[in-house]
Amino acid sequence: MSDKKKELKPNTYKFDTLSLHAGYQPHKNAGSRQVPIYQTTSYLFDDVDHAAALFNLERGGHIYSRISNPTVGVLEERVASLEGGTAALATSSGMSAIFLAVMTLCEAGDHLVVSSQLYGGTVNLFRLTLPKFGIKCTFVKPRDTEGFKKAIQKNTKGIFGELVGNPGNEIMNMPEIAKIAHEAGIPLMVDATYQTPYLCKPFEHGADIVIHSLTKWMAGHGSSMAGILVEGGKFDWMQNDKFPTMTKPYEGYHGLSFAEEFGPTAFTMKARAEGMRDFGPCLSPQNAWNVLQGIETLSVRMKKHCSNAEEMVKYLMNHESVAWVSHPSVPDHPDHELAKKLLPNGRGSMIAFGIKGGKEAGVEFINNVKLASHLANVGDTRTLVIHPASGTHSQMDEATLKFAGLSHDMIRLSVGIEDIEDIKNDFEVGFRAARKPRLVSNQ
Amino acid sequence: MKFKVNNNEVYASTGGRPFDKKKPLIIFVHGSGLTHMTWVLQTRYFAFHGYNALAIDLPGHGLSGGESLKSIEEMADWVAAVIDAVGHKEASLVGHSQGCLITVECTAKYPDKIKTLSLMGGAGAIPMNPQLLSLAENNDPKAVDLMMDWAHGPAGHFGGHPVPGLYHINTGTMLAKSRTIQNTLGVDFRACDNYKNGFEAAKKIKCPTLSILATDDKMCPVKEGKKLAALIDGSQVDIIDNCGHMMLLEEADRVLTVLKKFITTNYPPLSS
Repeated sequence: MSDKKKELKPNTYKFDTLSLHAGYQPHKNAGSRQVPIYQTTSYLFDDVDHAAALFNLERGGHIYSRISNPTVGVLEERVASLEGGTAALATSSGMSAIFLAVMTLCEAGDHLVVSSQLYGGTVNLFRLTLPKFGIKCTFVKPRDTEGFKKAIQKNTKGIFGELVGNPGNEIMNMPEIAKIAHEAGIPLMVDATYQTPYLCKPFEHGADIVIHSLTKWMAGHGSSMAGILVEGGKFDWMQNDKFPTMTKPYEGYHGLSFAEEFGPTAFTMKARAEGMRDFGPCLSPQNAWNVLQGIETLSVRMKKHCSNAEEMVKYLMNHESVAWVSHPSVPDHPDHELAKKLLPNGRGSMIAFGIKGGKEAGVEFINNVKLASHLANVGDTRTLVIHPASGTHSQMDEATLKFAGLSHDMIRLSVGIEDIEDIKNDFEVGFRAARKPRLVSNQ
Repeated sequence: MKFKVNNNEVYASTGGRPFDKKKPLIIFVHGSGLTHMTWVLQTRYFAFHGYNALAIDLPGHGLSGGESLKSIEEMADWVAAVIDAVGHKEASLVGHSQGCLITVECTAKYPDKIKTLSLMGGAGAIPMNPQLLSLAENNDPKAVDLMMDWAHGPAGHFGGHPVPGLYHINTGTMLAKSRTIQNTLGVDFRACDNYKNGFEAAKKIKCPTLSILATDDKMCPVKEGKKLAALIDGSQVDIIDNCGHMMLLEEADRVLTVLKKFITTNYPPLSS
């Protein structure tokens, strides 16, 4: 057969291979097959010239583990490769990744448009903490696509949202909201923790910065805190004068313009050079290594998480104790069609459901399940449950709870990868307890 | 910095230092479809060590205006015009891939202007795979994906960027897709394919010349680079193991070390 007739195909590594190998070259690490844990604070300089070059971003390398670390660097490259991003910066938690992204983008006097359906801690960051830094936010319901457009002001520097909102499972129309952001000359930042790059690659749908709490499905085993921000590399920081800290000479590095020098990796370079230097939310190498172990089995675990979740959706929808079920796989979920487009490999393993009997029944259910763990986390290999109104979102007042789409009967379920029958049996115990007549009072 | 050549605006990174006419000039010329940003791990060093380091965006590429030039010969004339435009009489040239064809042609044609020549992943000719050429000329993004595949060695495919957190292949892809593919990569590939004068030009070069080659370079293999180097009097050759065509990123530190020694020896910096 003639070579001329062969269709050329790129042979770059695919998702499952990158999950195991990206970011690491054994021959540069004593042949160690596993990624070494570089448990060190700092790195020897060859000479004074070498030290100066590293400090001045003249050459790549490590100086001090607050800024970068070789083990953490493998994790960063691995996640960037899986997301289809140009660069990534790992942090000590998902919240620190969000904070670092905002502080890299904004300064006092700036404004952000933010989805209203977010993890409670993120809501408080945008609603209460960022205003202390002079950064104001307008909240918009995730399904109100036009609302995002209307909320943009002259000083708006970006749009932020969770692709699938926590805990109500409302989905942002990411492609449309990205268009709105780009027409306004601002980036779209998406927290895609619930999806992981296995379920959705936000850069393919217009996002510019992707954030993960790696603590969740990426690490997957409930052992380690970690966060990351990933850069898509398409956003043109020089298209307008909205981002002077990206485009103008920066005094902190001898007049460096991050956008001119680093182009598709400018945001990450600035977040590291300025943000990690000044705020310091660095990830420990041990935790980076733990997350890498999780990522090695990401696609295997996500398939099981999703298939178990779909089984649980069917079970809950047919259960007499359940008032409603919210999951993007449910045909009458308002975002069912959008979910098929954005989440082709599975709709995720987060389910919200309402228990008949309201808050009291919810409390009984949670107090009586034995296999499912009652705790403030999601994305563990184990099944987790919580009552958001009294837990993760308890710092919200009634009006904020309502605006965020939370009700008192809502149970948040993060479906694990146990045997599905064991999860259902455990839930039966919880539902039975919730149905029992309760004592009205002790008096 | 921005300046004009042939009435079109040219962008050149100065490596983070202001341009200073008293300092010797090094011009870095990027490869097909790419931009000045491929040189960030070389230019900043020279800029902070006594040189004007200009990483140019060729016309129609990156942040430069105008349309892409259609032949290597035109590009070589344009590089010579850049030297004049920034007020210098001479320069040291550094090229990568297509940038090697340009700088070889420029050095042969303007021997009095060029003081040293450094070639990375160079060859005397770069004939293009017809399918790849067709894809690029038809604006197919697959052309970029193929180029990134072939341009990175087996080790580079795993990543391991010298700057923590950066991922080679996706960064290169974004650079190559930053302008319309057919207007940059398509025109560049055709210019490479058409260029036949590389070996003859090499014979005319008399200035100190360095060739950095890589064992896993599929686009300009070591034997092709050596063939070119053999035609240049006194040419030095440095071969990097476990590295592909994108050696200026895949093995940025090694490249900088070799380049630094060669340029500072043959074209000394302005002492501070």
